Amino acid sequence: MNNIIVFAETESGKICDVSLELLTKARQLAATLKVDVEALLIGSNVKHLANELFSYGAKVVHLADEPRLLHYRTLPYTAITLRVFNNEQPQIALFGATTVGRDLAPRVSSALKSGLTADCTSLEIGDHQDPKSGKEYKELLYQIRPAFGGNIIATIVNPEHRPQMATVREGVMKKEPLAKAVDGKINILDTSKILVDSDFAVEIIKREIEERKIDIKSAQILVDGGYGVGSKENFSLVFELAKTLGAEVGASRAAVDAGFVENARQIGQTGVTVRPKLIICVGVSGAIQHTAGMDQSKIIIAINNDPEAPIHKIADYSIIGDLNDVVPKMIAAYKKHSK
Amino acid sequence: MDKKFKIVVLAKQVPDTRNVGKDAMTPEGTVNRAALPAIFNPEDMNALEQALRIKDKFPGSEIFILTMGPFRAAEIIREGLFRGTDGGILLTDRRFAGADTLATSYAISQAVKKMNPDIILAGRQAIDGDTAQVGPQVAEKLNIPQITYAEEITELTESKITILRRLERGIEVVTSILPCLITVHATAAQCRPRNAKNLLKYKYARTPNEEKDPANQGKYLISTDEKPFLKIQEWTVDDVGGDENSYGFAGSPTKVKKVESIVFKAKESKVLSDSEADIDSLIAELMANHEIG
Repeated sequence: MNNIIVFAETESGKICDVSLELLTKARQLAATLKVDVEALLIGSNVKHLANELFSYGAKVVHLADEPRLLHYRTLPYTAITLRVFNNEQPQIALFGATTVGRDLAPRVSSALKSGLTADCTSLEIGDHQDPKSGKEYKELLYQIRPAFGGNIIATIVNPEHRPQMATVREGVMKKEPLAKAVDGKINILDTSKILVDSDFAVEIIKREIEERKIDIKSAQILVDGGYGVGSKENFSLVFELAKTLGAEVGASRAAVDAGFVENARQIGQTGVTVRPKLIICVGVSGAIQHTAGMDQSKIIIAINNDPEAPIHKIADYSIIGDLNDVVPKMIAAYKKHSK
Repeated sequence: MDKKFKIVVLAKQVPDTRNVGKDAMTPEGTVNRAALPAIFNPEDMNALEQALRIKDKFPGSEIFILTMGPFRAAEIIREGLFRGTDGGILLTDRRFAGADTLATSYAISQAVKKMNPDIILAGRQAIDGDTAQVGPQVAEKLNIPQITYAEEITELTESKITILRRLERGIEVVTSILPCLITVHATAAQCRPRNAKNLLKYKYARTPNEEKDPANQGKYLISTDEKPFLKIQEWTVDDVGGDENSYGFAGSPTKVKKVESIVFKAKESKVLSDSEADIDSLIAELMANHEIG
């Protein structure tokens, strides 16, 4: 009872990485709380995916499997999630902060009048005392996230309502399968008893999903361009350095918002969290909303002509200088030494 | 077809968190709101453009902005009027204060019920919270479909709307019944500029509280009785009714336990110059350690 449920999102017949990352985190939280981890799997012909969820520690997989559920749609997925949550009464429910999770989780939380915290960067278990009533709460979920454009870090709790719900971006938590899968069971849901015709008021008439082309998350080396790069044209310098080093190009939100590079390259709280072995930050000021998505990188090199820029504070190597001067020198040095 | 639609655009006045300067935080580590200008939330502006396009196509359709905030959030409604809306409602009441997304969406849904629109448009998310939760929560409370991440309304008939959605790795085209709630993504069309005629017409549009404000004394020469279109309505909890305990702090299941300003973990940082020698030795070191190569 009162276990942790992770929404197992699928895309193109596979479990999304973010769901496996959440299961990994949920195992840790469940161990502290001495409860079990369960998963909710919705789709069409997805039963075989339960084995993967078992190997990430789900003791029970709640399964809704029928043709009408092939692609995510808000209303039927919400109805199924609500039924499972009402039956199982989980104390914590976790969703990926994907276009699906960010559509489903708020709808579910509104129906349950439960709370929801978006885009958490850390989840912990801890106690809480209400500052007004003095009432003590044991073992709540601390939902930790940057707020206010990333200028502050807030710890949010949900003392009275269940489940405690949170969404987490892909790449924020580590993904680790168990050495040996748990001997889990599948709880098959009878969707004919849950879904009604009006749940299908929205029809999908076309769907084009591309394979992921830009993959900054799994890149070992990243060149990270910020607003300081100055223009779309000048980003060619960033790309040139990346090409020389065999790296991928990432960018800050300001650079993406300015239209210098595409959305898929955005690093940070509202983008992708990366942990490469080397990241070279070029013209990045170092706003927390950005650094929250890259400060776990093994080696950080910052190039910025402002010695006061916050990025230098998390850098292993700070180069105080103009990127237009430094980057070509780096390319030249690399070419010289690799001969 | 002479169908006229009633459209409500949910908009929020937000501090401009995108270009935070060094003075955005006080020495005590709290947010210095005065250093951040208040703006029309960018994606709400994209939503407004989608509404204006519907009105272009279906003349006689009406657009109302609904916003919740302090008295000065009336600026959002005037901004809408300058760009072609027909009016707006400011939800303002101390009893709304301290609301998380759930209590916010309760208040908004109560107001929307009273307005009874065919289509509700909103930005995907606001830049001060980035939660993207209020839209779907309002839709749930109204028990209507939601279409999130919309990029364009491609077709609209009396009873059906077709929407192109921008997903992480592709697109989806969906149809929905009306009424429905649509949240609009930043990749949608930019909002048209202010219209000069509207700017003149609505320059002195104001709420009752702005009218009363001593700072505005002598500013308003024409009474709103004479020109009713200059009157921006304010609604309180009493106007939208519902369950009093579902508003504001009391109606918010999530509580902020702790807020910390950002302190960077000090690392042992090697500071290098931009000289060729320094950069050369850095690259050589990285290559020797097999970090690159």
